[in-house]
Amino acid sequence: MKSIPRMVGGLGVAAGLLTAGWSVNGALADDQTIKIGVLHSLSGTMAISETTLKDTVLMMVDDLNANGGLLGKQVEAIVVDPASDWPLFAEKARELIEKEQVAAVFGCWTSVSRKSVLPVFEELNGLLFYPVQYEGEESSRNVFYTGAAPNQQAIPAVEYLMSEDGGAAERWVLLGTDYVYPRTTNKILRAFLNSKGVSDDDIMESYTPFGHSDWQTIVSDVKAFASEGKQTAVVSTINGDANVPFYKELGNQGISAEDIPVVAFSVGEEELSGLDTAPLVGHLAAWNYFMSVDTEENDAFIEAWQTYIGSEDRVVNDPMEAHFIGFQMWAQAVRQAGSTNVDAVRQAMYGQNVRSLSGYDVTMNTNHHLSKPVMIGEIQDDGQFDIVWQTDGVVVGDAWSDFIPESSKLTADWTFPWVCGNCEQPIFVSTN
Amino acid sequence: MHLFARVALVAVALWLATAANAEAIEDMVQALGAKESAEKIAAIDALASSGDERALGILQAMLDRRLFRVKADDRVVFADKSDGGYQLTDPLTGEALGEVGRRDVKKVSVNNKLRGKLRGTIGGMTLLSPEAEARAAAADAVFKTPNAAILPILDQAIEAETDASVRDRLERARAAVQIETSKESAVRQAAVETLAQFTDPDVRTLVASLLVASDDGFVEADDAVRAAATETLATIDAGIARWTLIGNLFQGLSLGSVLLLAAIGLAITFGVMGVINMAHGEMVMLGAYTTFVVQEIFRNHFPGGFDYSLAVAIPAAFVIVGAIGIAIERGIIRFLYGRPLETLLATWGLSLILQQAVRTIFGPTNREVGNPEWMTGAIELAGGVALTYNRIWIIVFALVVFAGLMILLARTPLGLQMRAVTQNRAMASAMGIRTGTIDALTFGLGCGIAGMAGVALSQIDNVGPNLGQGYIVDSFMVVVFGGVGNLWGTLLGATTLGVVNKFLEPYAGAVLGKILVLVAIILFIQKRPRGLFALKGRAVEN
Repeated sequence: MKSIPRMVGGLGVAAGLLTAGWSVNGALADDQTIKIGVLHSLSGTMAISETTLKDTVLMMVDDLNANGGLLGKQVEAIVVDPASDWPLFAEKARELIEKEQVAAVFGCWTSVSRKSVLPVFEELNGLLFYPVQYEGEESSRNVFYTGAAPNQQAIPAVEYLMSEDGGAAERWVLLGTDYVYPRTTNKILRAFLNSKGVSDDDIMESYTPFGHSDWQTIVSDVKAFASEGKQTAVVSTINGDANVPFYKELGNQGISAEDIPVVAFSVGEEELSGLDTAPLVGHLAAWNYFMSVDTEENDAFIEAWQTYIGSEDRVVNDPMEAHFIGFQMWAQAVRQAGSTNVDAVRQAMYGQNVRSLSGYDVTMNTNHHLSKPVMIGEIQDDGQFDIVWQTDGVVVGDAWSDFIPESSKLTADWTFPWVCGNCEQPIFVSTN
Repeated sequence: MHLFARVALVAVALWLATAANAEAIEDMVQALGAKESAEKIAAIDALASSGDERALGILQAMLDRRLFRVKADDRVVFADKSDGGYQLTDPLTGEALGEVGRRDVKKVSVNNKLRGKLRGTIGGMTLLSPEAEARAAAADAVFKTPNAAILPILDQAIEAETDASVRDRLERARAAVQIETSKESAVRQAAVETLAQFTDPDVRTLVASLLVASDDGFVEADDAVRAAATETLATIDAGIARWTLIGNLFQGLSLGSVLLLAAIGLAITFGVMGVINMAHGEMVMLGAYTTFVVQEIFRNHFPGGFDYSLAVAIPAAFVIVGAIGIAIERGIIRFLYGRPLETLLATWGLSLILQQAVRTIFGPTNREVGNPEWMTGAIELAGGVALTYNRIWIIVFALVVFAGLMILLARTPLGLQMRAVTQNRAMASAMGIRTGTIDALTFGLGCGIAGMAGVALSQIDNVGPNLGQGYIVDSFMVVVFGGVGNLWGTLLGATTLGVVNKFLEPYAGAVLGKILVLVAIILFIQKRPRGLFALKGRAVEN
C-alpha cells in the first residue's frame, strides 16, 4: 500500500518531465484539466530543500482531484526541474507560462531564483506562489508571498531575545551566508537594533560563502565577542547545508543555549533531520509554523504527508505549510472567480481566508503578503521545536520595512487608489 | 497525664506539619506547570528550599523534560514515551497512573532562562554529591546563576573538597556569588582578585560586566573594585591571547588535515598518473555514503557496537570506492590517456551522473551520520580554547593514511611497479609489468583513499549528494601548490594552506580570507610553476 502513493508521485514526475520535454502534447488536454506549474529544483544544491515542496504540491493536487477537482475539472501539476541554476529558473518559468499555459506556478526557494523569474512573470502576467521566508523589500502584482516578511520573523525573534524571558540580550552577532537575503535582513536588523539603543560596537556582522564547512574560527570569534560582559545572542541567517557543520561546531565547542542562544531563520525540522540535536537543545528558530503545533488540522496534515510519502520519519516544515496555505487560497480564489484567468484570480485572492495548520485564520492582504502568526521555538533533543513564544493573533506582513529609511516611505497596495507595489503616492488621486 | 498530653500535642503538631508540608509540596509541584515563567521560577525556589528529598528528582525530571500537564484535569505528572502515547506516574508518590494518548498531555515548557535556573538550583542541591564529576558540574551551574543563599553550602563544599580541580571550580563559583551578591566592597574586591587566576571567557564575561556603564555610573559602584576588575581583566586577556594562538594553530592544522585527506587521493590520480579527475570529489562523497550505509546496518542489527562502526566503514569505503575507481579506469579513462581535455569533460560528466545517482538512491536530503562517543566533545584548554575530539582524530587519521601511502609506494612491489609505469611506461612494459593492470590498480588506490577521506569528512560535514563539490577545487589547489607528483609536497601544501587560512580568517573574514589565499597561490604559481616540490630529472620531461 505504502508504495502506491510514491509510485503515483514518481509517475507524476515522469509525466511532468515528459510533458516538459514534448510540450506540444500539452494542448490536447486543455479542456478537461486545469494546469499548475511546479518550479522547484529537483537536482543541484537546493534539491535538499525544494524536492519536499514539490511533493507537497503533488500531494495537495491529488487530494483536490480526489475531492472532485476544481470547477468540475481535474488539476494537473506540470513539474519542471530548474536544477538550482538561477537563469534556468527564468527559462523554465517562461516554458510553464507560454507553452504549458499554466494557471499558476508554485515555486522558488532562494531569493536569487525569485529575482530571476520575476521579469518573466511580470512580462507574461503569470501568477507565482512563493512559499519561503524572505528579506521583503518587494511586492510584485504577479507574486503572492506566502512565507514570512522580516517583520513576521526576524524582528519578533530579536524582540524575544531582548525580553526578560528570552535572556535580555544586549550584544548581537549577525551571522549569515553571503547573498541577498542575509545581507538585507541584517541591514534591517541593524537599523532596528540601533533604534532600540544598541550601539554599533555591540553588533558583530560576519558572512560566509555558501556551503561553508569550517566554522572553527567563527565560533571562536563569537565566544570572544561574547566575553565582554554583556549577554550576547547570535542571529543566524546561515542558509542550507552550511548549518549542519555550524551547529556541530557549536556543540563541540560547548556553547550552550543558556550562555549564547542562537536564533536561526533558515533552520527548520528538515534541516535538523540530519543532525544529532542533543547538544543544541535550547537554540532557537523563528517561523510561522512548527511541526510540533498542537492542533487537529496539523495532526491530519502530518498523517496525510507521511502516508503520501510512505515514511513515518519524514518531517514537515514551515515552507510546506506556506504552500498549503497558498494552494488552498488559490483553489478558493479560482472557485470564487469561476475561472483560472490570472487577473480574476488575483482580485479574488485579496481578503481570502484559510485556517492555517496552527489553527489561526490567515488572510491574504492587498500588498500580496499574508497575515500570519509568529512563533519562536527551542530545539529539542528529538529534532523537534518546543514553542516558547507566539503572537496572540496574526501579524500583517510588511513588504517594505519601516526600519530602512528609503523603504519606509513606500507603500504596497494593489487595490484602488494605490494599485502599486512600491509607490510614495497612490496612482489614482481621488478628485471629488 | 501531663506528660502524655504533651507527647500527644507534639505528635499532633508534627502530623499537622507534615500534612501541611505534603499539601504544600503538591501545590509547588502543581505550580511548576504554571503558564508564566515567573510563577515557575517561584515554584522551583520553593521546592528547592522545602528540604523535601523528592524535590531534586522532580526538578531533574523537569530539566529532562519528563514533566507534563494532563489536559483534562491540569494535573502535573511525570510522563515517559510508550508505544501508544505516554506512561504517566505521580511525581510525589511514584504511583503509576496508566497510559494516555499523545495529545492528552502537554509538556511543561522549559525555556533557556528556566533551564539555567534549574541547572543552578540543582547545582546548589548537588554541591555535596559524592561524585567529583557531579560536584564540578554543580559548581559550574552555581557560577552561572549566582544566588546568595548558596554561599554557606559552597563554603562547606570547599572545606570538604579533596579534588584540586573541583576545588578551583568551587572557588570560582564562590567568587562569582560574592561579586554578584555581597554588599561589602572589600569582599567583592577580594573575589575579583581571586578570579585573576582563571583564564576563562566565562570569568572574563563576569569581570567585564562590572565595568559596563549603566544609567548611574557603572554596574559596579565602588572605584576600588573596578580598579581591581580592570587589573584582573588585563591578566585574563594576556592569558587568553596566548591560548588563542594555540587554538589558531590547532584549527589551522585541522583544516590542513582535512585538505590533506581530500587531496591525497588526487595526488595519486592527478599527481602520479596525470589524470585530471573531476569526479574525485564524488569518490569522497561515495565514501561518506558508505559510512552512512555501514552505520545504518549497525543501528539496525548491532546497536551496541555503534562506536566501532567507523572501524568497519574505513576498510569498506576503501574497497567499495576503490572498486568503483577501477571500474571507471577500465571503462572510461583508459581510452582517454594523453587527452587531458576529453578526460576533464568525461570525468566532469561522470561526477554529475554520480551525484544524481546518489540523489535518486538515497534522496536529495542530507543523511545522518552519527559521531561515535569517542569523537564527540572537546578537550577544554584554558582561555576558552577547545580542541574538539573529532578534529583531533581526523588529524591523526590523515597522518596515518599519509604514512601508509608512503610505505606502500616506497616499500612494496606494487608501489615499485606503479612508480615504474608512471615514470617510463614503455620500459616498464618491456620489463614484463602489465601496465594496464597497474594503471587500474593505481587509479583504484587513489579513489579508495578518497573513499576513506569520505569516512573522515562525514564526521564533520554534511553527508549529501553535493559533499564532493566543496572539496574538488581545494584538492586541486593543494596538489598544484605542493608540486604535482610529490606526496611530501601535498602534505606540506595542505598544512601551509590550512594554517595560513586560519591565521588570516580572524582578520579578513571567511570570504576575503579565502580570496587572499587564492591570490597568494596564483602569485606563487607564477613564480614557481611546478609548486613547492618540483620533480627533477627525466620524469619532468614527459
